[in-house]
Amino acid sequence: MSTPAGGNLGSVRRLALAHMWVAFALFAVACVLGVYQLLERGHFVRTSAAAYYGSTTLHGVVQAFVLTTFFIVGFGYCVTAASLGRPIRRTGLAWLGFWTMLVGSVVAALSIAAGKATVLYTFYPPIVAHWTFYAGAALLLVGSLAWTWITIAETVSWKTENPGRPVPLAQFGMTAAAVLWAWTLVGVVVEVVFQLLPLSLGLTPAIDVGLARTLFSWTLHPIVYFWLIPAYVALYALVPKSAGGYLFSDEVGRIAFVMLLVFSLPIGLHHIFVDPEQAAGWKLMHALGTFLVAVPTLLTGFTITASLETAGRLRGGKGLFGWIGRLPWSEPVTLGGILAVIVLLPGGFGGLVNASYAMNVMVHNTAWITAHFHLILGGTVVTMYFASAYALWPKLTGHRLHSKGMATAQIWLWVVGLLVLTVPWHYQGLLGMPRRVAYMPYDPALVARWERWNALILAGGVLMVLSAVLLVVNLLLTHGGASEEDRELVFADALEPVVRVPALLNGFTVWNWLLVALMALSWAYPIGQFFFIGVHKALAWGFR
Amino acid sequence: MSVHPLERRWMAISVLLVAVMGGLVVYTAYASRLHPPSNVETIDSTRLHLTAEFAEDHLGVERAKDGTVVARLVMARYMVHPQEITLPAGTPIVLRVASADVLHGLHVVGTNIGTQVVPGYVAEVHTTIRFDSVAKYGTANPDGSVTVPLFCNEYCGLGHQSMWGRVRVTRP
Repeated sequence: MSTPAGGNLGSVRRLALAHMWVAFALFAVACVLGVYQLLERGHFVRTSAAAYYGSTTLHGVVQAFVLTTFFIVGFGYCVTAASLGRPIRRTGLAWLGFWTMLVGSVVAALSIAAGKATVLYTFYPPIVAHWTFYAGAALLLVGSLAWTWITIAETVSWKTENPGRPVPLAQFGMTAAAVLWAWTLVGVVVEVVFQLLPLSLGLTPAIDVGLARTLFSWTLHPIVYFWLIPAYVALYALVPKSAGGYLFSDEVGRIAFVMLLVFSLPIGLHHIFVDPEQAAGWKLMHALGTFLVAVPTLLTGFTITASLETAGRLRGGKGLFGWIGRLPWSEPVTLGGILAVIVLLPGGFGGLVNASYAMNVMVHNTAWITAHFHLILGGTVVTMYFASAYALWPKLTGHRLHSKGMATAQIWLWVVGLLVLTVPWHYQGLLGMPRRVAYMPYDPALVARWERWNALILAGGVLMVLSAVLLVVNLLLTHGGASEEDRELVFADALEPVVRVPALLNGFTVWNWLLVALMALSWAYPIGQFFFIGVHKALAWGFR
Repeated sequence: MSVHPLERRWMAISVLLVAVMGGLVVYTAYASRLHPPSNVETIDSTRLHLTAEFAEDHLGVERAKDGTVVARLVMARYMVHPQEITLPAGTPIVLRVASADVLHGLHVVGTNIGTQVVPGYVAEVHTTIRFDSVAKYGTANPDGSVTVPLFCNEYCGLGHQSMWGRVRVTRP
């Protein structure tokens, strides 16, 4: 038998909604903070540098850590319950994880709001925040490990009970995300527990900044793929179905998930290409690995486009491009999928520029970088989170989506707003404009050239906030809407049903061992060197 | 297990595309000696003023015996020392930069000069400034030189935005 088509979400109803509501509520607040930052940088308001950097910290922490982690965990429970066709076990552990994550997020957010943790979401020691910030962040991350454990355990027990059968693609993808998350967290958790917490508590007076930055760079790349894999799961499992077609290939999806896991981990040094504490050879090696991780995204782009084409042709589309018009653009899940793949083109291209070892210095810490990660996280990833929410809410709440029209308008507003925001940012970055400054007192003529786009950029941000409001309103109203009879979450069938897959594409044991070898090769020296090159630690400055 | 012939072809194209890009990166790195700052040279940031190289009176620009121009800078919240330096275009330049306190970044608009300045390390940048490139961004001076800003481009505290200086670039 191939992938069972889907299943009921009853067992994860409250769990999934709790996680995803925390995600979207804080997301909407953080979008408003984003617009405040545009107002501040565009000279439309003038508050203070402290307010700007504080807001930038909170915006980044919420969107990059809280929104993503809460959404992925909630979405993951839905995928596991539906694709394996049975209730998840260990719900007690899942709730423990939820409350741990929530307490951690609130503590960290309060610490930032109190002005005690203006260190940006990238931490940046030796500036040190109040210890509650690091403790909160650690609780958020540790709490999410409950989901990691549950996801892997569910896959393992399902495989034992169903020998020889392929793990459903959606669950295979979420298991890849869970395994990836465990690997990803090692870098940042070691940094927080062994370096930042002791420093912020005053137990140690100084910190090895090179080691801290290297550990953070371990986490900084795979975390993006942790955000991205669930978006890809939605592209493979939900979008072809919603478009009325089939998934072009189940196997290629598996290959893509394995490659995302294996290639996104040993490449983090590309985040610190222009750091003096790492040598050129290691940076070049990580640069080459970064190019490799483009392959699974190229494969995904092809497979999803081919799946959409199949759907368009089944709906009567003819000719080379005739199928595009026949796609159900008024279906939020289809629309989200199409726009997420389109936004991935400029986002991925920018990523390849950043990965280019010698070109990187031209864009490093300019507005180009801000534009790049807003396209990836705000574009492809979050757009698929919206689309997934529109697919899941009726199944979870038992009420029909309040308004499909509002949902498609929301997705269009978001993506158009995002492009209006990020296209000028790319250009400003190429002209050398730095990111993350409250204002720019440099030569007025040059600053004026950078800033001529400010009003347009603000307009983009405002469109995105309107979109965030529409999302929250639509989902809220869904809870009280007309009842939905069909409670099964159904995933796309592959064009050719998958009966058997090689063991390598049905589990992660071999890939984990390969990762042990690859991680040792790519990180043992770059991390180990700090214990023998004679480092001088830096004294703490900041907010404790 | 079956993979569609179209997908096989696309996989081959993807791998080829990535191989060409990776190959170009390696080629330019070695053929044009284009490397990011990677000297892995440690220094005690709390004692810069006691070192021979970064004591106050040794900061600034000096021409080495082999004709290379060496500029030494110290970055500290929220100043760049010295505030203004003069560099010739069309001449190989080495910048050696150290932080006296926290993490900083150094960027000179219109040039390839960009590095993180990490406390505990000397950041070393090798480049040659192109006059026409800085002329596009800078302010022209009466003597024909051009001035561009040099600023901290990594968050270093609440006064980060006011941490900047100037580079006067003279014609080759």
